[in-house]
Amino acid sequence: MAKVPGSADAIRDQFGPHLNFEPAGGWQHESQHAPDKLVKTHCCFCGQQCGIQLKVRDNRVVGFEPWEEFPFNQGMLCPKGVKRYLQSGHPDRLLDPLMRTDAGFRPTTWDEALGTTVRRLRELQAKYGRDAVAVYGGASLTTEKAYLVGKFARVALGTRHIDYNGRLCMVSAGTAYKPAFGADRSPIPWSDIPKAQVLLVIGANVGECAPITTSYIWRCRDRGGQLIVVDPRFTPIARNADLYLPVRPGTDLQLLMGMLHIVLRDGLENRAFIEAHTTGFEAVAESVKPYDPRAVAERTGVPPEAIERAAHMFAKAERAILLHARGLEHHSKGVENCSAAINLCLATGHFGREGSGCAMITGQGNGQGGREHGQKCDQLPGQRSIDDPKAREHVARVWGISPEELPGAGYSAVEIMEAIHRGEIKGLLSICFNPLVSLPDATFTREALERLEFFGVIDFFLSETAQHADVVLAGSLQEEEEGVVCTAEGRVVHIRKAVDPPGNARGDASIFCDLAARLGKGQYFPYREPREIFEELREASRGGIADYYGITYERLDREMGVFWPCPSEDHPGTPRLFEGGVSMHADGKCRFQLTPWRESGDPVDADYPVYLTTGRVVSQYLSGTQTRRIGALVEQYPEPRVEIHPRLAATFDVDTGDLVTVTTRRTELTLPCAVVKTIRPDTVFIPYHWAGDKSANRLTHRTIDPRSKIPEFKVSACRLAKAGQAHAQLPTATGASRV
Amino acid sequence: MQFFVDPSRCIGCQSCLNACEECETHRGVSMINFDFVDRRESIATAAYVCFHCEDPTCAEVCPADAIKKGDDGIVQSALEPRCIGCANCVLACPFGIPKLHPKRELMMKCDMCYDRTSVGKKPMCATVCPSQALTFATPETIARERREVPTNTFQFGRETVKTKVFMMTPVGVDEVSIDVADYMWEARA
Repeated sequence: MAKVPGSADAIRDQFGPHLNFEPAGGWQHESQHAPDKLVKTHCCFCGQQCGIQLKVRDNRVVGFEPWEEFPFNQGMLCPKGVKRYLQSGHPDRLLDPLMRTDAGFRPTTWDEALGTTVRRLRELQAKYGRDAVAVYGGASLTTEKAYLVGKFARVALGTRHIDYNGRLCMVSAGTAYKPAFGADRSPIPWSDIPKAQVLLVIGANVGECAPITTSYIWRCRDRGGQLIVVDPRFTPIARNADLYLPVRPGTDLQLLMGMLHIVLRDGLENRAFIEAHTTGFEAVAESVKPYDPRAVAERTGVPPEAIERAAHMFAKAERAILLHARGLEHHSKGVENCSAAINLCLATGHFGREGSGCAMITGQGNGQGGREHGQKCDQLPGQRSIDDPKAREHVARVWGISPEELPGAGYSAVEIMEAIHRGEIKGLLSICFNPLVSLPDATFTREALERLEFFGVIDFFLSETAQHADVVLAGSLQEEEEGVVCTAEGRVVHIRKAVDPPGNARGDASIFCDLAARLGKGQYFPYREPREIFEELREASRGGIADYYGITYERLDREMGVFWPCPSEDHPGTPRLFEGGVSMHADGKCRFQLTPWRESGDPVDADYPVYLTTGRVVSQYLSGTQTRRIGALVEQYPEPRVEIHPRLAATFDVDTGDLVTVTTRRTELTLPCAVVKTIRPDTVFIPYHWAGDKSANRLTHRTIDPRSKIPEFKVSACRLAKAGQAHAQLPTATGASRV
Repeated sequence: MQFFVDPSRCIGCQSCLNACEECETHRGVSMINFDFVDRRESIATAAYVCFHCEDPTCAEVCPADAIKKGDDGIVQSALEPRCIGCANCVLACPFGIPKLHPKRELMMKCDMCYDRTSVGKKPMCATVCPSQALTFATPETIARERREVPTNTFQFGRETVKTKVFMMTPVGVDEVSIDVADYMWEARA
């Protein structure tokens, strides 16, 4: 049904991606006209949520000015933040709702677009049942919108299938932290990072994916702190590491268990902490016995003495912090990986005090806030479990429904796409999600999208996924609607509205409210502005884990953000969780978790002998819906390159610029390669931000972690072949070409 | 406040390069010099501003007397009516800083954000730099917070060049290997 209508060229001509290099009117014009105002808000890209001031003139964002007073980034910005304003007034921007036709898409009225969406969703639910319709949300939405998406799915549509693209982000971490500590949040504020004596950064390309965190790591080094970097690639921060461990993709768990083995073998554990604050230590101690350094070296490719040194450095430090991100989490054993990281911190007593602890570096814009208040398939607002009768009762009361009306847990993001593929789910409403680029096995995702009987999308640009839609509802950019987000460090901050949506585009929240009204559920969605949603969210989260009850917009402005939990308006907020090693479990204990080993879902063998790992580059954000339209960001890294070590390159005679065909058990992809010594010779890397014949996710596989449901993006098996010559170069300075 | 460049902190994000061209006085033109040192061998990158020499070679070789140094020690971009676009300065600068803009037949380079520093702000690049590889701070702050040591004396053969901008130099660095293979266990098997 929902194939992309018309020709691909016509779609591209009409909807892009086109590159916007200059502000409206050109550079000269811009230099000569002062902005009307500066709006203090936050960058829309990534979980760091840097403070930024947007220059606004004539209802357009025309530039930026650093916001040096905001404590987290003090004016610092990465190139995405610097150039983010160029999405405002972009020629590709959707200014009207769209209806699909045989030849493409035609602009329409809101009445027709909303009416069609509601009619089709109702028809599908009447014919196939309520759960035949699913909702996709996104972790770049404000927390108000994320809350609204969850409530809309469960109350207005009555479906249990609501999940979001944060499922591709840090869910493995959350799924490990919750049983260990009782909450899913970084236990430390970033201000703790410079205070550590040893930083263990594992599976986190900080320089490219969380650039501002680099400053915190360098400040730690400035104070004499030592840096250990664990990664199959020599990432920008590895250059300054005191110890670099080139772990083989998929073997982080072995390494972490090996480190704990050494800690216990050498009596470096913190017995007092373990006895006072933890449970489950003995079983975990027993489980790491087979992981001697020699055995671990064989599996991980890290020399035994390097593992020994890392374990000793970490355990002997008075204060040490372990930072991890997608490199540890994007695995079919992502939860075990994170649990092993937590176990190491607990065993060494690096937890619950200044300069000591572990933290996930959440990646998406509102990766933290977007997962706390109800768009996860198994959670209700306040990080409450949807299976907990008390939680259901509380949220149902706030929403004015009975607990029985509240659906139970539904499918996760990958599972929803699989249910669409097998025909169980017939209709989909999606916002802030580009699964065709971001989900694994893109060929499968395309087949699934083509089987949908109805597909509605809310978006500001026509993403590759939205091209499959029947109806596209023109929504809003981050700067066009007020709200809050929660940053990677757990700080809730205020997104100020800078401009109105252009043309006939509308605020996302009002679109959901209108859809709900047309579904006959308007009484549950009476909000006139985001503030009213936030007031309800405060109540809904009250008494929960992520308790926002004491947070108000005014406090966020006054205090430059508030860390949750914040149960009352006179509560200062909680920058450091679990102070003194006291968890949020009823007994206050932190729980060691067993971490049994599992092989990858796509194992390397004789036919597919090379590891493929995917990730990001600094100039692009997620599926590139926004950043692939901004000229300077595209120039900086124009297309995906296969990073390959000279030794591997020599085995099939390729050099930088040659085309390489990468084949996995799914399909093949041909891209130019970059021969670099900064990657293991048994591994290749491809960034995933692109679509179609440049989409790394055509190669990846759909194996998910059984608990967190995160896909195994960091390990696929592949083989390589030379395919010809291209004109690609090794990266050079983009400035040269622009000047 | 002084300007300090520390390539060892650079993560290659090019935020400086992108932000420079957003400055009001020269929107669309970036004055940052940015390089991948040797991407095949290393991830190392370096971002530079003009070093603002005490005796600027660029000014000395300019046949049109278009490059001026102010009392504040800032070596300005070429004066538009005077510059003849000959590129002498581009060829002569020991740091490779000036760039010729062929369309405008004009040399332009970093003037250390005079528009910003004169009103108490930091230069744009040093404000946004996520790793503080480009830093604008007092020498006391640098002495207190950094391990690396600033120097503003450069040796080019027998030529000594003193500059307004400081370069941070590492202390106690041993030989560092940058080939991943050298760190691996299998490499020795």
